[in-house]
Amino acid sequence: MNRTLVIIRALIWKELRVEWRQRETLASVCVFGVLVVLLFDFGFSMSGEASLRLLPGVLWIAFAFSGILSFNRSFAAERQNACLDGLRLAPVDPGLIYLAKLAANLIFLSVAEIVIVFVAAIWYNFSFLPALPWFSVIVFLGTLGYVAVGVTFAAIAANTRMREVMLPVLQFPVVLPIFLAAIEATSSALKGDPSSEFRSWVHLLAAFGIIFVVLSFLLFEYVLEE
Amino acid sequence: MTKNTSLTIHGIVTLAWLLVSLYLIFIFVPTDVNQGNVYRIMYIHVPSAWTAFVAYFILFLGSVRYLFKRSPAADELAWSAAEVGFVFCSCVLITGPLWAKPIWGIWWTWDPRLTLTFILWLLFVAYLLLRSFFVNPEQGAVLSAVVGVIGFVDVPVDYMAIRWWRTQHPQPVVFGGPNSYLPPSMKFTLFFTAGAFLCLFFYLLRHRLNYGRMRHELQQLRREAP
Repeated sequence: MNRTLVIIRALIWKELRVEWRQRETLASVCVFGVLVVLLFDFGFSMSGEASLRLLPGVLWIAFAFSGILSFNRSFAAERQNACLDGLRLAPVDPGLIYLAKLAANLIFLSVAEIVIVFVAAIWYNFSFLPALPWFSVIVFLGTLGYVAVGVTFAAIAANTRMREVMLPVLQFPVVLPIFLAAIEATSSALKGDPSSEFRSWVHLLAAFGIIFVVLSFLLFEYVLEE
Repeated sequence: MTKNTSLTIHGIVTLAWLLVSLYLIFIFVPTDVNQGNVYRIMYIHVPSAWTAFVAYFILFLGSVRYLFKRSPAADELAWSAAEVGFVFCSCVLITGPLWAKPIWGIWWTWDPRLTLTFILWLLFVAYLLLRSFFVNPEQGAVLSAVVGVIGFVDVPVDYMAIRWWRTQHPQPVVFGGPNSYLPPSMKFTLFFTAGAFLCLFFYLLRHRLNYGRMRHELQQLRREAP
Protein backbone atom coordinates (compact mmCIF):
# COMPACT_ATOMS: atom_id res chain seq x y z
CA MET A 1 0.00 0.00 0.00
CA ASN A 2 2.78 2.34 0.97
CA ARG A 3 4.68 1.51 -2.19
CA THR A 4 1.57 2.19 -4.27
CA LEU A 5 1.28 5.67 -2.81
CA VAL A 6 4.96 6.37 -3.45
CA ILE A 7 4.60 5.26 -7.08
CA ILE A 8 1.47 7.33 -7.66
CA ARG A 9 3.08 10.36 -6.08
CA ALA A 10 6.17 9.96 -8.26
CA LEU A 11 4.04 9.59 -11.40
CA ILE A 12 1.84 12.59 -10.62
CA TRP A 13 4.93 14.62 -9.76
CA LYS A 14 6.41 13.67 -13.14
CA GLU A 15 3.24 14.84 -14.94
CA LEU A 16 3.19 18.13 -13.07
CA ARG A 17 6.90 18.74 -13.62
CA VAL A 18 6.64 18.08 -17.35
CA GLU A 19 3.73 20.48 -17.49
CA TRP A 20 5.57 23.09 -15.46
CA ARG A 21 8.58 22.98 -17.76
CA GLN A 22 6.50 23.41 -20.91
CA ARG A 23 3.64 25.41 -19.46
CA GLU A 24 1.74 24.95 -22.70
CA THR A 25 -1.09 22.55 -21.98
CA LEU A 26 -2.53 24.52 -19.11
CA ALA A 27 -2.20 27.86 -20.86
CA SER A 28 -3.75 26.66 -24.11
CA VAL A 29 -6.55 24.83 -22.31
CA CYS A 30 -7.48 27.90 -20.24
CA VAL A 31 -7.38 30.28 -23.20
CA PHE A 32 -9.39 27.88 -25.31
CA GLY A 33 -12.05 27.48 -22.62
CA VAL A 34 -12.43 31.23 -22.25
CA LEU A 35 -12.69 31.59 -26.03
CA VAL A 36 -15.53 29.07 -26.13
CA VAL A 37 -17.43 31.14 -23.56
CA LEU A 38 -16.72 34.25 -25.61
CA LEU A 39 -18.05 32.62 -28.78
CA PHE A 40 -21.26 31.66 -27.01
CA ASP A 41 -21.60 35.18 -25.71
CA PHE A 42 -21.28 36.57 -29.22
CA GLY A 43 -23.48 33.88 -30.72
CA PHE A 44 -26.44 34.35 -28.38
CA SER A 45 -25.82 37.87 -26.99
CA MET A 46 -26.69 36.53 -23.60
CA SER A 47 -27.98 38.86 -20.92
CA GLY A 48 -30.44 38.91 -18.02
CA GLU A 49 -32.77 35.93 -17.68
CA ALA A 50 -31.49 34.21 -20.81
CA SER A 51 -27.96 34.10 -19.46
CA LEU A 52 -29.00 32.10 -16.43
CA ARG A 53 -30.85 29.62 -18.63
CA LEU A 54 -27.90 29.14 -20.99
CA LEU A 55 -25.05 29.46 -18.50
CA PRO A 56 -24.90 25.81 -17.29
CA GLY A 57 -24.77 24.55 -20.87
CA VAL A 58 -22.16 27.10 -21.89
CA LEU A 59 -19.98 26.22 -18.92
CA TRP A 60 -20.15 22.48 -19.52
CA ILE A 61 -19.46 22.81 -23.23
CA ALA A 62 -16.45 24.97 -22.43
CA PHE A 63 -15.27 22.36 -19.89
CA ALA A 64 -15.78 19.58 -22.44
CA PHE A 65 -13.82 21.26 -25.22
CA SER A 66 -11.00 22.26 -22.89
CA GLY A 67 -10.87 18.71 -21.59
CA ILE A 68 -10.52 17.20 -25.06
CA LEU A 69 -7.59 19.52 -25.70
CA SER A 70 -5.95 18.58 -22.43
CA PHE A 71 -6.31 14.80 -22.94
CA ASN A 72 -4.92 14.95 -26.47
CA ARG A 73 -1.92 16.95 -25.27
CA SER A 74 -1.39 14.55 -22.40
CA PHE A 75 -0.62 11.66 -24.75
CA ALA A 76 0.84 13.66 -27.62
CA ALA A 77 3.66 14.61 -25.24
CA GLU A 78 4.22 10.96 -24.34
CA ARG A 79 4.64 9.97 -27.98
CA GLN A 80 7.64 12.23 -28.48
CA ASN A 81 10.95 10.48 -27.81
CA ALA A 82 9.05 7.26 -27.06
CA CYS A 83 8.24 8.41 -23.54
CA LEU A 84 5.30 6.04 -23.38
CA ASP A 85 7.63 3.09 -24.00
CA GLY A 86 9.76 4.25 -21.09
CA LEU A 87 6.68 4.40 -18.93
CA ARG A 88 5.68 0.89 -20.04
CA LEU A 89 9.07 -0.44 -19.00
CA ALA A 90 8.68 0.89 -15.47
CA PRO A 91 7.95 -1.96 -13.02
CA VAL A 92 4.59 -0.56 -11.94
CA ASP A 93 1.00 -1.63 -12.32
CA PRO A 94 -0.45 0.03 -15.47
CA GLY A 95 -3.47 0.96 -13.40
CA LEU A 96 -1.25 3.27 -11.35
CA ILE A 97 -0.04 5.01 -14.48
CA TYR A 98 -3.69 5.54 -15.30
CA LEU A 99 -4.45 6.97 -11.86
CA ALA A 100 -1.54 9.39 -12.15
CA LYS A 101 -2.68 10.54 -15.60
CA LEU A 102 -6.20 10.88 -14.22
CA ALA A 103 -5.02 13.00 -11.30
CA ALA A 104 -2.84 15.23 -13.48
CA ASN A 105 -5.60 15.84 -16.02
CA LEU A 106 -8.09 16.41 -13.21
CA ILE A 107 -5.79 19.10 -11.81
CA PHE A 108 -5.26 20.78 -15.20
CA LEU A 109 -8.93 20.73 -16.10
CA SER A 110 -9.93 21.98 -12.63
CA VAL A 111 -7.59 24.96 -13.00
CA ALA A 112 -9.06 25.67 -16.42
CA GLU A 113 -12.58 25.36 -14.99
CA ILE A 114 -11.81 27.86 -12.24
CA VAL A 115 -10.57 30.32 -14.86
CA ILE A 116 -13.62 29.71 -17.07
CA VAL A 117 -16.09 30.11 -14.20
CA PHE A 118 -14.31 33.26 -13.02
CA VAL A 119 -14.49 34.82 -16.49
CA ALA A 120 -18.13 33.74 -16.91
CA ALA A 121 -19.03 35.26 -13.54
CA ILE A 122 -17.67 38.62 -14.67
CA TRP A 123 -19.06 38.58 -18.22
CA TYR A 124 -22.53 37.50 -17.17
CA ASN A 125 -22.61 39.48 -13.91
CA PHE A 126 -23.49 36.27 -12.17
CA SER A 127 -22.49 35.46 -8.64
CA PHE A 128 -21.64 31.79 -8.11
CA LEU A 129 -21.06 32.40 -4.39
CA PRO A 130 -24.53 31.50 -3.00
CA ALA A 131 -24.52 28.08 -4.70
CA LEU A 132 -20.77 27.53 -4.53
CA PRO A 133 -20.58 24.40 -2.30
CA TRP A 134 -23.02 22.34 -4.37
CA PHE A 135 -21.77 23.83 -7.62
CA SER A 136 -18.23 22.71 -6.74
CA VAL A 137 -19.41 19.20 -5.87
CA ILE A 138 -21.33 18.88 -9.14
CA VAL A 139 -18.46 20.21 -11.23
CA PHE A 140 -15.96 17.98 -9.47
CA LEU A 141 -18.03 14.81 -9.91
CA GLY A 142 -18.89 15.59 -13.53
CA THR A 143 -15.27 16.37 -14.31
CA LEU A 144 -14.12 13.18 -12.61
CA GLY A 145 -16.29 10.99 -14.82
CA TYR A 146 -15.36 13.00 -17.89
CA VAL A 147 -11.61 12.81 -17.25
CA ALA A 148 -11.82 9.12 -16.28
CA VAL A 149 -13.09 8.22 -19.75
CA GLY A 150 -11.06 10.90 -21.52
CA VAL A 151 -7.66 9.67 -20.35
CA THR A 152 -8.38 6.09 -21.43
CA PHE A 153 -9.77 7.11 -24.81
CA ALA A 154 -6.91 9.55 -25.42
CA ALA A 155 -4.46 6.69 -24.88
CA ILE A 156 -6.47 4.60 -27.36
CA ALA A 157 -6.87 7.37 -29.93
CA ALA A 158 -3.12 8.04 -29.78
CA ASN A 159 -2.65 4.77 -31.69
CA THR A 160 -4.92 5.68 -34.59
CA ARG A 161 -4.28 7.61 -37.76
CA MET A 162 -6.57 10.53 -36.96
CA ARG A 163 -6.04 10.89 -33.23
CA GLU A 164 -7.26 14.47 -32.76
CA VAL A 165 -10.55 13.66 -34.51
CA MET A 166 -10.91 10.19 -33.08
CA LEU A 167 -10.92 11.29 -29.43
CA PRO A 168 -14.09 13.42 -29.48
CA VAL A 169 -15.85 10.88 -31.71
CA LEU A 170 -15.19 8.19 -29.10
CA GLN A 171 -15.54 10.37 -26.06
CA PHE A 172 -18.72 12.39 -26.53
CA PRO A 173 -21.24 9.55 -27.02
CA VAL A 174 -19.93 7.73 -23.97
CA VAL A 175 -19.95 10.75 -21.64
CA LEU A 176 -23.23 12.24 -22.87
CA PRO A 177 -25.20 10.86 -19.90
CA ILE A 178 -22.69 12.63 -17.63
CA PHE A 179 -23.42 15.89 -19.42
CA LEU A 180 -27.16 15.41 -19.17
CA ALA A 181 -26.90 14.89 -15.44
CA ALA A 182 -24.29 17.61 -14.89
CA ILE A 183 -26.17 20.30 -16.80
CA GLU A 184 -29.47 19.45 -15.10
CA ALA A 185 -27.85 19.52 -11.66
CA THR A 186 -25.89 22.70 -12.39
CA SER A 187 -28.88 24.68 -13.60
CA SER A 188 -30.93 23.53 -10.65
CA ALA A 189 -28.16 24.44 -8.18
CA LEU A 190 -27.50 27.84 -9.76
CA LYS A 191 -31.22 28.65 -9.67
CA GLY A 192 -30.99 28.28 -5.91
CA ASP A 193 -33.18 25.18 -5.61
CA PRO A 194 -32.89 23.16 -2.39
CA SER A 195 -30.42 20.32 -2.75
CA SER A 196 -33.18 17.69 -2.53
CA GLU A 197 -34.26 18.85 -6.02
CA PHE A 198 -31.08 17.76 -7.73
CA ARG A 199 -29.61 15.22 -5.34
CA SER A 200 -30.51 12.26 -7.57
CA TRP A 201 -28.52 13.85 -10.42
CA VAL A 202 -25.54 14.22 -8.10
CA HIS A 203 -25.83 10.56 -7.14
CA LEU A 204 -25.93 9.65 -10.81
CA LEU A 205 -22.78 11.70 -11.45
CA ALA A 206 -21.01 10.03 -8.54
CA ALA A 207 -22.05 6.59 -9.79
CA PHE A 208 -20.77 7.35 -13.30
CA GLY A 209 -17.50 8.70 -11.91
CA ILE A 210 -16.87 5.60 -9.83
CA ILE A 211 -17.85 3.16 -12.60
CA PHE A 212 -15.65 4.82 -15.21
CA VAL A 213 -12.63 5.18 -12.89
CA VAL A 214 -12.78 1.53 -11.79
CA LEU A 215 -13.40 0.24 -15.31
CA SER A 216 -10.56 2.28 -16.81
CA PHE A 217 -8.24 1.33 -13.95
CA LEU A 218 -8.84 -2.34 -14.73
CA LEU A 219 -8.63 -1.97 -18.50
CA PHE A 220 -5.62 0.34 -18.74
CA GLU A 221 -3.28 -2.64 -18.72
CA TYR A 222 -4.62 -3.58 -22.17
CA VAL A 223 -4.48 -0.01 -23.42
CA LEU A 224 -0.77 0.25 -22.71
CA GLU A 225 0.03 -3.04 -24.41
CA GLU A 226 2.38 -2.88 -27.38
CA MET B 1 -23.90 -31.04 -42.93
CA THR B 2 -21.41 -28.63 -44.41
CA LYS B 3 -21.20 -25.06 -43.30
CA ASN B 4 -22.67 -23.81 -46.57
CA THR B 5 -25.75 -26.03 -46.40
CA SER B 6 -26.43 -24.97 -42.83
CA LEU B 7 -26.12 -21.34 -43.83
CA THR B 8 -28.50 -21.85 -46.76
CA ILE B 9 -31.06 -23.54 -44.50
CA HIS B 10 -30.70 -20.69 -42.03
CA GLY B 11 -31.37 -18.27 -44.88
CA ILE B 12 -34.48 -20.12 -46.02
CA VAL B 13 -35.84 -20.29 -42.46
CA THR B 14 -35.22 -16.57 -42.02
CA LEU B 15 -37.02 -15.75 -45.25
CA ALA B 16 -40.03 -17.92 -44.36
CA TRP B 17 -40.17 -16.48 -40.84
CA LEU B 18 -40.06 -12.92 -42.19
CA LEU B 19 -42.83 -13.66 -44.71
CA VAL B 20 -45.09 -15.08 -41.99
CA SER B 21 -44.24 -12.01 -39.89
CA LEU B 22 -45.37 -9.77 -42.73
CA TYR B 23 -48.66 -11.66 -42.87
CA LEU B 24 -49.12 -11.25 -39.12
CA ILE B 25 -48.23 -7.56 -39.16
CA PHE B 26 -50.46 -6.52 -42.04
CA ILE B 27 -53.38 -8.99 -42.00
CA PHE B 28 -53.63 -10.97 -38.78
CA VAL B 29 -53.15 -8.34 -36.10
CA PRO B 30 -56.06 -5.90 -35.44
CA THR B 31 -55.77 -2.16 -36.00
CA ASP B 32 -55.04 -0.05 -32.94
CA VAL B 33 -58.03 1.92 -31.59
CA ASN B 34 -56.11 5.12 -30.96
CA GLN B 35 -53.35 5.11 -33.55
CA GLY B 36 -54.94 3.35 -36.51
CA ASN B 37 -52.79 1.52 -39.00
CA VAL B 38 -49.71 3.61 -38.29
CA TYR B 39 -48.96 1.66 -35.17
CA ARG B 40 -48.06 -1.42 -37.27
CA ILE B 41 -44.62 0.07 -37.66
CA MET B 42 -44.15 -0.93 -34.03
CA TYR B 43 -43.51 -4.49 -35.24
CA ILE B 44 -40.46 -3.24 -37.11
CA HIS B 45 -39.37 -0.57 -34.65
CA VAL B 46 -39.40 -2.52 -31.41
CA PRO B 47 -37.84 -5.78 -32.71
CA SER B 48 -35.09 -3.71 -34.39
CA ALA B 49 -34.37 -2.01 -31.10
CA TRP B 50 -34.21 -5.32 -29.24
CA THR B 51 -31.94 -6.76 -31.91
CA ALA B 52 -29.65 -3.71 -31.73
CA PHE B 53 -29.31 -4.29 -27.99
CA VAL B 54 -28.56 -7.97 -28.54
CA ALA B 55 -25.93 -6.95 -31.09
CA TYR B 56 -24.31 -4.62 -28.62
CA PHE B 57 -24.34 -7.32 -25.99
CA ILE B 58 -22.57 -9.69 -28.40
CA LEU B 59 -20.09 -6.93 -29.18
CA PHE B 60 -19.45 -6.65 -25.44
CA LEU B 61 -19.10 -10.43 -24.94
CA GLY B 62 -16.74 -10.72 -27.90
CA SER B 63 -14.65 -7.85 -26.56
CA VAL B 64 -14.37 -9.33 -23.07
CA ARG B 65 -13.54 -12.75 -24.45
CA TYR B 66 -10.87 -11.29 -26.70
CA LEU B 67 -9.25 -9.42 -23.80
CA PHE B 68 -9.02 -12.62 -21.74
CA LYS B 69 -8.43 -15.33 -24.35
CA ARG B 70 -6.89 -13.42 -27.25
CA SER B 71 -8.71 -15.55 -29.78
CA PRO B 72 -9.03 -13.78 -33.15
CA ALA B 73 -12.47 -15.39 -33.53
CA ALA B 74 -13.79 -13.42 -30.53
CA ASP B 75 -12.47 -10.19 -32.00
CA GLU B 76 -14.06 -11.00 -35.34
CA LEU B 77 -17.35 -11.74 -33.55
CA ALA B 78 -17.30 -8.35 -31.82
CA TRP B 79 -16.51 -6.54 -35.06
CA SER B 80 -19.22 -8.42 -36.98
CA ALA B 81 -21.84 -7.79 -34.30
CA ALA B 82 -20.98 -4.09 -34.44
CA GLU B 83 -21.44 -3.94 -38.22
CA VAL B 84 -24.73 -5.83 -38.28
CA GLY B 85 -25.97 -4.12 -35.11
CA PHE B 86 -25.30 -0.76 -36.72
CA VAL B 87 -27.78 -1.64 -39.48
CA PHE B 88 -30.52 -2.57 -37.00
CA CYS B 89 -29.85 0.48 -34.85
CA SER B 90 -30.15 2.67 -37.94
CA CYS B 91 -33.45 0.94 -38.63
CA VAL B 92 -34.71 1.97 -35.18
CA LEU B 93 -33.72 5.57 -35.81
CA ILE B 94 -35.44 5.60 -39.21
CA THR B 95 -38.69 3.90 -38.20
CA GLY B 96 -38.91 5.92 -34.96
CA PRO B 97 -39.42 9.34 -36.57
CA LEU B 98 -41.75 7.82 -39.20
CA TRP B 99 -43.96 6.62 -36.37
CA ALA B 100 -43.54 9.73 -34.23
CA LYS B 101 -44.59 12.23 -36.92
CA PRO B 102 -48.24 11.12 -37.24
CA ILE B 103 -48.66 10.25 -33.55
CA TRP B 104 -46.70 12.93 -31.69
CA GLY B 105 -46.77 15.47 -34.53
CA ILE B 106 -42.99 15.80 -34.58
CA TRP B 107 -40.21 13.82 -36.23
CA TRP B 108 -37.85 13.91 -33.34
CA THR B 109 -37.70 15.13 -29.78
CA TRP B 110 -34.69 15.22 -27.48
CA ASP B 111 -36.41 12.92 -25.10
CA PRO B 112 -33.87 11.00 -23.00
CA ARG B 113 -34.76 7.62 -24.44
CA LEU B 114 -34.47 8.82 -28.03
CA THR B 115 -31.27 10.60 -27.19
CA LEU B 116 -29.78 7.53 -25.62
CA THR B 117 -30.78 5.30 -28.55
CA PHE B 118 -29.02 7.83 -30.71
CA ILE B 119 -26.02 7.46 -28.38
CA LEU B 120 -26.12 3.72 -28.93
CA TRP B 121 -26.00 4.38 -32.66
CA LEU B 122 -23.07 6.77 -32.16
CA LEU B 123 -21.29 4.09 -30.13
CA PHE B 124 -21.61 1.69 -33.06
CA VAL B 125 -20.33 4.39 -35.41
CA ALA B 126 -17.41 5.28 -33.12
CA TYR B 127 -16.46 1.63 -32.76
CA LEU B 128 -16.54 1.04 -36.52
CA LEU B 129 -14.64 4.26 -37.26
CA LEU B 130 -12.03 3.34 -34.69
CA ARG B 131 -11.54 -0.06 -36.29
CA SER B 132 -10.82 1.49 -39.64
CA PHE B 133 -8.27 3.98 -38.29
CA PHE B 134 -5.78 1.69 -36.59
CA VAL B 135 -2.25 1.50 -37.90
CA ASN B 136 -1.47 -1.84 -36.31
CA PRO B 137 -4.40 -4.31 -36.64
CA GLU B 138 -3.38 -6.50 -33.70
CA GLN B 139 -3.17 -3.57 -31.31
CA GLY B 140 -6.37 -2.27 -32.88
CA ALA B 141 -8.20 -5.42 -31.82
CA VAL B 142 -7.18 -4.97 -28.17
CA LEU B 143 -8.02 -1.26 -28.06
CA SER B 144 -11.36 -1.76 -29.83
CA ALA B 145 -12.21 -4.40 -27.26
CA VAL B 146 -11.53 -1.86 -24.49
CA VAL B 147 -13.84 0.65 -26.21
CA GLY B 148 -16.48 -2.06 -26.63
CA VAL B 149 -16.43 -2.78 -22.90
CA ILE B 150 -16.50 0.86 -21.78
CA GLY B 151 -19.25 1.76 -24.24
CA PHE B 152 -21.31 -1.11 -22.88
CA VAL B 153 -21.67 0.77 -19.59
CA ASP B 154 -23.95 3.13 -21.50
CA VAL B 155 -26.36 0.44 -22.65
CA PRO B 156 -28.03 -0.36 -19.31
CA VAL B 157 -28.42 3.39 -18.84
CA ASP B 158 -30.18 3.48 -22.17
CA TYR B 159 -32.57 0.81 -21.03
CA MET B 160 -33.12 2.31 -17.59
CA ALA B 161 -33.51 5.85 -18.94
CA ILE B 162 -37.20 5.32 -19.58
CA ARG B 163 -37.67 4.71 -15.89
CA TRP B 164 -35.32 7.41 -14.58
CA TRP B 165 -36.58 10.35 -16.57
CA ARG B 166 -40.09 11.53 -17.28
CA THR B 167 -40.37 11.02 -20.98
CA GLN B 168 -42.53 11.35 -24.05
CA HIS B 169 -41.66 7.87 -25.23
CA PRO B 170 -44.34 5.37 -24.13
CA GLN B 171 -43.62 3.11 -21.21
CA PRO B 172 -42.53 -0.31 -22.42
CA VAL B 173 -45.63 -2.34 -23.30
CA VAL B 174 -43.92 -5.59 -22.41
CA PHE B 175 -42.07 -6.10 -19.09
CA GLY B 176 -43.12 -2.53 -18.31
CA GLY B 177 -44.80 -2.89 -14.94
CA PRO B 178 -48.45 -3.18 -13.89
CA ASN B 179 -49.84 -0.42 -16.13
CA SER B 180 -48.52 -1.68 -19.41
CA TYR B 181 -50.84 -3.87 -21.39
CA LEU B 182 -50.81 -5.32 -24.87
CA PRO B 183 -53.61 -7.60 -26.16
CA PRO B 184 -52.52 -11.23 -26.65
CA SER B 185 -52.68 -11.13 -30.46
CA MET B 186 -50.47 -8.03 -30.58
CA LYS B 187 -48.07 -9.46 -28.03
CA PHE B 188 -47.82 -12.68 -30.02
CA THR B 189 -47.13 -10.79 -33.25
CA LEU B 190 -44.51 -8.65 -31.54
CA PHE B 191 -42.61 -11.61 -30.14
CA PHE B 192 -42.97 -13.56 -33.37
CA THR B 193 -41.54 -10.66 -35.38
CA ALA B 194 -38.80 -10.17 -32.82
CA GLY B 195 -37.86 -13.81 -33.36
CA ALA B 196 -37.74 -13.25 -37.12
CA PHE B 197 -35.50 -10.22 -36.66
CA LEU B 198 -33.15 -12.12 -34.37
CA CYS B 199 -33.02 -14.95 -36.89
CA LEU B 200 -32.19 -12.43 -39.61
CA PHE B 201 -29.57 -10.85 -37.37
CA PHE B 202 -27.79 -14.14 -36.78
CA TYR B 203 -28.01 -15.00 -40.46
CA LEU B 204 -26.29 -11.74 -41.39
CA LEU B 205 -23.82 -12.19 -38.54
CA ARG B 206 -22.80 -15.61 -39.85
CA HIS B 207 -22.27 -14.19 -43.32
CA ARG B 208 -20.16 -11.41 -41.88
CA LEU B 209 -18.12 -13.93 -39.85
CA ASN B 210 -17.53 -15.97 -43.00
CA TYR B 211 -16.28 -12.87 -44.70
CA GLY B 212 -13.92 -12.17 -41.79
CA ARG B 213 -12.59 -15.72 -41.94
CA MET B 214 -11.93 -15.44 -45.68
CA ARG B 215 -10.13 -12.14 -45.22
CA HIS B 216 -8.01 -13.72 -42.51
CA GLU B 217 -7.13 -16.65 -44.78
CA LEU B 218 -6.26 -14.29 -47.60
CA GLN B 219 -3.89 -12.37 -45.36
CA GLN B 220 -2.26 -15.63 -44.29
CA LEU B 221 -1.81 -16.73 -47.91
CA ARG B 222 -0.36 -13.36 -48.87
CA ARG B 223 2.16 -13.64 -46.05
CA GLU B 224 3.18 -17.13 -47.10
CA ALA B 225 3.47 -16.22 -50.77
CA PRO B 226 7.04 -15.80 -51.95
